[in-house]
Amino acid sequence: MTDAAIAEPPVSTPADPAKGEPLLQVSNVEVIYNHVILVLKGVSLTVPKGGITAILGGNGAGKTTTLKAISGLLKSERGEVTKGRILYRGADVAAQDPAEGVKRGLIQVMEGRHCFEHLTVEENLLTGAYTRSNSADVKRDLEMVYEYFPRLKERRTSQAGYTSGGEQQMCAIGRALMSRPETVLLDEPSMGLAPQLVEQIFEIVKSVNEQEGVTFLLAEQNTNVALRYAHYGYILENGRVVMDGEAKALRENQDVKEFYLGMSDQGRKSFRDVRSYRRRKRWLS
Amino acid sequence: MGVGLLNTIEVILNGLMTGVMYSLVALGFVLIFKASGIFNYAQGVMSLFAALTLVGFQSGQIPFAELINAVFGTDVHHFGFTMPAILATLCALAVMVLFAIIVERLILKHLVNQEPIILFMATIGLAYFLEGFGDMMWGSDIKTMDLGLPQGGSFWFEDVTKTWAAEGSDYWGMYVDVLDVIAASVAICLVIALTLFSQYTKTGRALRAVADDHQAALSVGISLRYIWVVTWAIAGLVALVAGSMWGAKSGVQFSLSLIALKALPVLMLGGFTSIPGAIVGGMMIGVGEKLFEFYVGPMVGGATENWFAYVLALVFLVFRPQGLFGDKIIERV
Repeated sequence: MTDAAIAEPPVSTPADPAKGEPLLQVSNVEVIYNHVILVLKGVSLTVPKGGITAILGGNGAGKTTTLKAISGLLKSERGEVTKGRILYRGADVAAQDPAEGVKRGLIQVMEGRHCFEHLTVEENLLTGAYTRSNSADVKRDLEMVYEYFPRLKERRTSQAGYTSGGEQQMCAIGRALMSRPETVLLDEPSMGLAPQLVEQIFEIVKSVNEQEGVTFLLAEQNTNVALRYAHYGYILENGRVVMDGEAKALRENQDVKEFYLGMSDQGRKSFRDVRSYRRRKRWLS
Repeated sequence: MGVGLLNTIEVILNGLMTGVMYSLVALGFVLIFKASGIFNYAQGVMSLFAALTLVGFQSGQIPFAELINAVFGTDVHHFGFTMPAILATLCALAVMVLFAIIVERLILKHLVNQEPIILFMATIGLAYFLEGFGDMMWGSDIKTMDLGLPQGGSFWFEDVTKTWAAEGSDYWGMYVDVLDVIAASVAICLVIALTLFSQYTKTGRALRAVADDHQAALSVGISLRYIWVVTWAIAGLVALVAGSMWGAKSGVQFSLSLIALKALPVLMLGGFTSIPGAIVGGMMIGVGEKLFEFYVGPMVGGATENWFAYVLALVFLVFRPQGLFGDKIIERV
């Protein structure tokens, strides 16, 4: 058990000691939708510069809400950050417009792709550069995106609505990269894709992270893949962080293995053990 | 050519001209519907208001003269100068842009994420408010609009077409109203400009992006509020063009707002989401109702123009509900 790993505060366990300064700090954030539905009950996490950080958890755990609270998209869904602070490079961004976030270099790729389906793939990518004005730079970045996603170059003149799910996911990620982001909030990139394609997309995320130095914070249900590519992970349950640690440590963790990776070396556990797991959980908030 | 054939051509030509006028009104609806999913009930009244403002500026009328007179007991009505048509048009356009900004600030901003039906209701309220406001601002008397555009039949066209008929037949040439031709040309220029704008500019691309998926548009940093102002300002421009063309044709009066009713069948035919659809739909309705009136009208006692468009729209609703050019719904799982 990695109680020791958990006990360490997240700030002091950067993904990579060389690039360890925290870029994004979410502390004790509470989110309420429609003035009544409490979704996040005090979530805290830290994203180091240049790392890939994963938020894991099941349906309704609050992964998407966490990302939307950071990017500012929450407001357009009548959600509201009622407590806590979200600091991006030291500035409080909890109340910002998504457009301000994009200008700061913080952009979200939404769950379920959300491409502009009547625009061509290339127009979709160009829309990603909406907040930028230097057209020479934009043109260069378009070529960069095509280099990472050669498939998109082949389909550049097709309407995005007629491309496949994988191509749409690539298009959505490429569109976000067109804004020259410092941090990409990537929501559920594996959704509805074949395992091989998921692997391919995570490979691209990894190479963008390594070559362009883009920081990623991704929300994933596919714990297995996410923990292989991420440096650090947080596990969310019912709007709270219940566990966090280095990806490697989480992969080895008995509870994570059992509850999220579906592996167990002791056979079936009795219900009493499950309850003891619940009791053992720490509420990090 | 036989006289019958020439008559048919004349009817079609006039139908096309009328149709373009319908298209102009329908265009305003399509623009706002595409960008924000709102069916803007106030589009017809916006045309009226734009036309009133144009005439008001041109004739140097004092806005709110009645109100001022009632409150202060004065008797003011005109500044005593007149404005050239082009300047008055620019001023009216500025007023329409200002109107777009006010609508965004006072209404749209507060109704973000509400159901489309609520936004629709808001535009109904806006329509009646604007009608009353226009009345208060410029008075309710019928005004003539003189933009300096030529009016009446074209003698040249009549002379040319006279020679097309067979020798010795009793044919007097075709009647085509010059104003209609001008209106049609203006409409075509407007559509070309709008198409170029939405296809090749950054803001145009953002407009289309918002129309597709406003959440995703937000996420890449497009400001919905700015896009709404742009859309309503463009709809205001279209309303101004439609209002001034209809106003020049039939005078600026409050029944002008009812031309919006003629745009509904056009939208059903052409589709609510297609600019070319609005143009072609308008022409089909124009030509269809004129031809129907010409050939079938005499058999049923005439006055078919009043209902033909709506029946045609009904038929379309049954067989092709998204209209001729409406967006096919792209969906992939």
